[in-house]
Amino acid sequence: MAESIKDKVAIVGVGACQFGENWSQSREDMIVDAAYEAYADAGIDDPQRRIEAVFAGAVYPREGTSEIAEALKLFDRPISIVSDYCQTGTDAFRFGAFAVACGMYDTVLVVGFDKPKDRGVSGPSVAFDRVRGLPATPAGWFSLCAARYFETFGAGREDLARIAVKNHHNGTLAPKSMLKREITIEDVLKARIISWPFGLYDCAAQSDGAAAAVLTRADLARGFRDDPVLLKAVSIAVAEHPQRDPDFDFLAWKPTIYAARDAYAQAGITEPFRELDVVQLHDCFTLTEMLSYEDLGLCKKGEAKECVKSGTFALDGELPVNTDGGLKTFGHPTGATGVRMIYENTLQLQGRAGDRQVEGATTALSHNIGGPPTTCGIAILGMP
Amino acid sequence: MTGIASYGAYVPMTRLPLALIGGRPAKEGGPEKAVADYDEDAVTMAVEAARSCLRGFDASVVDGLFFASTSYPLHEKQAAATIAKALSLRRDVSTADHAGSLRAGTSAFEAGLHAVAAGAMRSVLVVASDCRMGAPRGPLEAKLGDGAVAFLLSNRHPIAEVVASHAVANELQDFWRADGEDFTHGWEDRFILQEGYAPNVEEAIRGLFQKSGRAAADFSRAAIHAPDARSLGGVARGLGLAPEQIVDPLIGRLGNNGAAYALTLLASALESAKPGDSLLVASYGDGAHAFVLDVGDGIEKLEPRRGVRWHLERRRPLRSYDSYLRARRLEPSEWETSADLGLSATVRFRERDADISFQGAKCRACGQIHFPKQRVCIRCFEKDAWDPYPLSEKRGVVLSYTFDYFFPASEPPTVVTVTEVEGCRIQVQLTNARPDDVALDMPVEYVFRKIHDAGGKPNYFWKASPLAAARED
Repeated sequence: MAESIKDKVAIVGVGACQFGENWSQSREDMIVDAAYEAYADAGIDDPQRRIEAVFAGAVYPREGTSEIAEALKLFDRPISIVSDYCQTGTDAFRFGAFAVACGMYDTVLVVGFDKPKDRGVSGPSVAFDRVRGLPATPAGWFSLCAARYFETFGAGREDLARIAVKNHHNGTLAPKSMLKREITIEDVLKARIISWPFGLYDCAAQSDGAAAAVLTRADLARGFRDDPVLLKAVSIAVAEHPQRDPDFDFLAWKPTIYAARDAYAQAGITEPFRELDVVQLHDCFTLTEMLSYEDLGLCKKGEAKECVKSGTFALDGELPVNTDGGLKTFGHPTGATGVRMIYENTLQLQGRAGDRQVEGATTALSHNIGGPPTTCGIAILGMP
Repeated sequence: MTGIASYGAYVPMTRLPLALIGGRPAKEGGPEKAVADYDEDAVTMAVEAARSCLRGFDASVVDGLFFASTSYPLHEKQAAATIAKALSLRRDVSTADHAGSLRAGTSAFEAGLHAVAAGAMRSVLVVASDCRMGAPRGPLEAKLGDGAVAFLLSNRHPIAEVVASHAVANELQDFWRADGEDFTHGWEDRFILQEGYAPNVEEAIRGLFQKSGRAAADFSRAAIHAPDARSLGGVARGLGLAPEQIVDPLIGRLGNNGAAYALTLLASALESAKPGDSLLVASYGDGAHAFVLDVGDGIEKLEPRRGVRWHLERRRPLRSYDSYLRARRLEPSEWETSADLGLSATVRFRERDADISFQGAKCRACGQIHFPKQRVCIRCFEKDAWDPYPLSEKRGVVLSYTFDYFFPASEPPTVVTVTEVEGCRIQVQLTNARPDDVALDMPVEYVFRKIHDAGGKPNYFWKASPLAAARED
């Protein structure tokens, strides 16, 4: 077996701009806010000298790598940009970690960003460049599991609503989240339907935002700060298209199952529910969070609704999930989301998460699932 | 012996109760008209009528496909070629569009008969389809209806032989629609009746009597184009036809479906015809065209099919006049799909086997069926080993569904499903269904529909439709 990446890479600085409908902020503004906060967090005051390479992620990039170079005035060095639906940010982070782990660079910047709110629509636009597979919207893709899952396991819209209520609560405790408003199950159930069973509150808030992290080799980490966070595992997996896969059962998403199996092997985790202390998972829709509990092995298939009911994944539960409000309320600038989760997990592991702090957290997982869905990225961080 | 080997019809499920036009509540059993749903047009209706007609017949012997319509949306681009592709007819089928007149249906019918009689073609599929529009709340709107009809013409074992025909041409501006206009105009109806409809239809039928040596009393049924019931009654009386001979003109049920009208009434007559019956058909438009058909023994051997009666019983009345306006794109919407650049013609060309013919692929190594075709098999990973696998006539089941409230539709939500046919997954929209009609594992059939108007042109693909439970005639 190939050599493990575990404990070879450290996160020594994280940053995020304010997420939201940033009407008056440009992409440059958000990239600069996130990167300079990460520099400061790492104690870097001369980024033009210290940052040797940049790994960026964006789903709606505009000018290739140039907009990152121009924003940060980082020239004469490599910048790469990746784009793969909602796991874009985790993949940018993965490339940065690989670059450091292989010894090519000492210190790199990872930045994820997107600015969908310049497009004049509140959600993803409907595509008319095809006749098959329409409507090709994320709500339409993810909701296709609901009818079969509900029938098999006896779950319903009210179980999904509890997840939205939890994440709305958590979002009120995160200073940089987009939405800071408590909601009730009733609010969720009464909202207008987007794509059944998803009402407005079952859907993540599409927003603008950027998040950044400074990565270095583990042996160099203490030169930046005393409490570096170590990378335990990072994995992405691409799975069969769920609307064409002849074996798809509409009960579990394969991208997560594939990526989790690999990530847990890298990190040496055999009992994720017991070994993980905090989890950020991809709640693009409430159902995505529900199925992902199971697909990540945090509970058995079909048991998610009971865990939701009993508060297992609430901030004061046994395994807090989406401590900063998740995509639902922190916001979902697609390319930034994976890096935003790494930002939150780093703060949690370093005990810097304020009112939403999970006491004594030493191992944290972040998870993105994207596309119809076909792709998943997972990163596991831990303290030395 | 040249005649009709098979027939089929299509009437959209959607009905507009005429009361709604005047702003009155709809009454069950009240007069209505058939209207194409927002995902239907003259081409999709033609494909469905033709599929019904071809049921149980070998489509590979169809040498000609003649399409007739006054309402096909494109002026330059043939509809018949699209219909032939949707029906997976041979590449060397001879296709033609007949247009420009309400008589286009019987012109195509006559052209088909001549081609077969001359021995130039073994069999010709004639499809007539119209969804004409009268201006909203104008005098024509309530009279016009949407629907299609198809006939397979052949020398071999026709169920009804065409014995004689007679046509008259007449210059008269009674109905017309100029370039760029959406709505049909009509001159004064009394003028049209007295100088157009009555004398022309009577002249064509009297000419037919003379040619065929038959008289009014010799006909079992007469299928005659009717501007309204009273005018038809007048013509029938003038010709000596008794009311019981007259085929119900479907006024207040289907409406006048233009170029397809007289032929739709012929299909309706064939549904209850018996061997030995003699039928009279007459169309009207820029003159008139009449035919005599003698029904043979074969009519009793024809497989059950979806004809006019079957479709008229399958109804879904619209709930409001607004939803009719939206279905016909008569209400402006904030985001006009026609303003979108839409489907690339290159992609449309490359994907036509999948999108228009609904053709999948079957792996030669392991038998897995794919839609659309894949270079490498998802099951056994064999590369480039597949045979085309037609899916349009298959039955599927719904494995999962969602209701999408954002995709443009006249009555959201759009029902989206993943269906399965013999182990092959196919994601399609479900039409002819409201959310209450949808259930896991429900059986479906597939129908040809318009997905959107992006680029200002119809973009077609297939949809699922709840498998009709009604017994076929």
